[in-house]
Amino acid sequence: MAEEGAGKMNDKIEINPVTRIEGHAKVTIFLGEDSTVKEARFHVTDFRGFEKFCEGRPFYEMPSITSRSCGICPVSHLLASAKACDEIVAVTIPGTAVLLRRLMHMGQIIQSHALNFFHLSSPDLFLGMDSDPAKRNIFGLMESHGDLARYGIRLRKFGQEIIEKLAGKKIHSSDWIVPGGVKWPLSREKADHILSNLPEALDIALKTISMFKDSLQGLDEEIQNFGNFPTYYMGLVTADGELEHYDGKIRIVDPSGKIIADQLDPGKYFEYIGQAVEPWTYMKFPYYRPLGYPEGAYRVGPLARLNIASRCGTPLADEELKEFKHLGKDGVVQSTFLYHYARLVEILFCIERAKEILEDPEVYSDHVQAKASVNRSEGVGVSEAPRGTLIHHYKVNREGMITWVNMIIATEHNNIAYNKAVTQVAKRYVNGRKLSEGLLNRVEAVIRAFDPCLSCSTHAWGSMALDVQLYDSNAKMVDRLTR
Amino acid sequence: METPKKINLATIWLSGCSGCHMSFLDQDELLTELAEKVKLVYSPIADLKTFPENVDITLVEGAVGNEDQLNLLEQARARTKILVSLGDCAVTGNVTALRNAWSDGDNAVLKRAYVETADLKPQIPTEVPKLLRQAHPLHEIVKVDYFIPGCPPSASLINYVLTELLSGRTPNMEGRSRYG
Repeated sequence: MAEEGAGKMNDKIEINPVTRIEGHAKVTIFLGEDSTVKEARFHVTDFRGFEKFCEGRPFYEMPSITSRSCGICPVSHLLASAKACDEIVAVTIPGTAVLLRRLMHMGQIIQSHALNFFHLSSPDLFLGMDSDPAKRNIFGLMESHGDLARYGIRLRKFGQEIIEKLAGKKIHSSDWIVPGGVKWPLSREKADHILSNLPEALDIALKTISMFKDSLQGLDEEIQNFGNFPTYYMGLVTADGELEHYDGKIRIVDPSGKIIADQLDPGKYFEYIGQAVEPWTYMKFPYYRPLGYPEGAYRVGPLARLNIASRCGTPLADEELKEFKHLGKDGVVQSTFLYHYARLVEILFCIERAKEILEDPEVYSDHVQAKASVNRSEGVGVSEAPRGTLIHHYKVNREGMITWVNMIIATEHNNIAYNKAVTQVAKRYVNGRKLSEGLLNRVEAVIRAFDPCLSCSTHAWGSMALDVQLYDSNAKMVDRLTR
Repeated sequence: METPKKINLATIWLSGCSGCHMSFLDQDELLTELAEKVKLVYSPIADLKTFPENVDITLVEGAVGNEDQLNLLEQARARTKILVSLGDCAVTGNVTALRNAWSDGDNAVLKRAYVETADLKPQIPTEVPKLLRQAHPLHEIVKVDYFIPGCPPSASLINYVLTELLSGRTPNMEGRSRYG
């Protein structure tokens, strides 16, 4: 895919940067000689380099350092990292610690999905793709859709408070999750606080799902054209094929919904996932090895998890899953736009699951950590982050100092699909030599539907001005748009 | 109902994890009150993409890691009255600056990620903003008016500092802030 557009650098439109996403990116749209779109590229433009600078540090610092990859899903990093460290010390962690880690993860998925839906994407959905860009944000939403903005704030707060009650801090609460378990138990008092807010969270989730479904008919254009194409799907499932975010094994389904690989050991990810590099982006391109690059494109995250899961495992989410699967052929939903729906179903699931965990007496035991030192030289930890499968892989020396690190981040898995999706949207909406602000926002909106976390995927994050320039094939600028 | 004079607020992300911006959003219901006093003129959570003139307060998250970030910070400084380093990466470099321990930090991190752990087409990306040799805290590049440490600073601390600045007072950080 790189070579194809490389000779046509004169005919391009640049969107720099994409806003209202969790990261620093730009889009280049390449035009053919007839001014129609040939290809579009999604570029990620910053990088920090955790794989290298963690070398030489003691392994037990890794959860604390690597969770600084991301301020939105630090808990998923804490979990993947702690699980890699559990392998290095070779212990089975106490059952209570597993429950507590799972509970914290439910809190994080709720807040992260709420952030994407309400704070970042709902201005497009409820104010409109062509609405005034000055108001197209969460503050604008507060003015015109006060209830919706309040739902987002309350739901995100509910998730963040689960994390805070367990670990003492909402963001980078890295003292609590440690190799071998967690540092301290959960008190009844703190659990009661979470439980007292749970009915409101459930109510908001159900109302939002209902509101979103009501709006689906008017969104047919977006569903059909926003990254609607076949790919493979990958994620963790339980031994019974249910939705799973903390543990489990890898399942891969093909575009028709057929399971082509199941119960794969996530610790052997390198046997079935390869990574390619292109010169125009800091984000790598993972691919499914048996199919090669770029044919081995697969998607991860909420849409993929619902596509691969046989069931959710909680009553309300299972009802919703049935409706969700009806939107696709043979239960496989291909439209990237419907990541939004999938996120709402997962929020519902996480609230239900959080309640189940808090009602389990085992969660209140004070046996929460198994202690051991270095017993193995290597460990792989995998979790399902809000945006998909997250892999941490460490090697240590005899003293437990890190000698080698590899991380494959949820958002990276979708990289081939991002580029297909922006190409599809650009082909649909960018035509001829005149640009409009609304069409560019549509190119950005498909990226928001994926909910990329670029601070994670390149372990960096940032933002700069939008300057779109349209050149003809003689390298003459024919139109320009800034905002 | 437009209040007569809203304060122009901007927030920018440089090389960091977004946690400081998430902590800003953790002000929750207080955001509604803040919205009555400020106009968000530039932010990654909003669509206005050119850093404007006449900004009253800019909160900056992250260290300065690449050339684009360097330019954006200098532009923000030139157009802002009060510039605030928000969080440990902006204040000290923090995790972003861990690569500074290597004498060729920029190349070392790039080589590991794009050459040594790649299976296909290993290469260091070139058509992207160039990393600076080292990551820098803001005050090494521009004048900083206030510092809010923390990884991230708590939402209540961010709210306190903003409230004081909006009232024209100098925030008293004694006993209120911590690193990490």
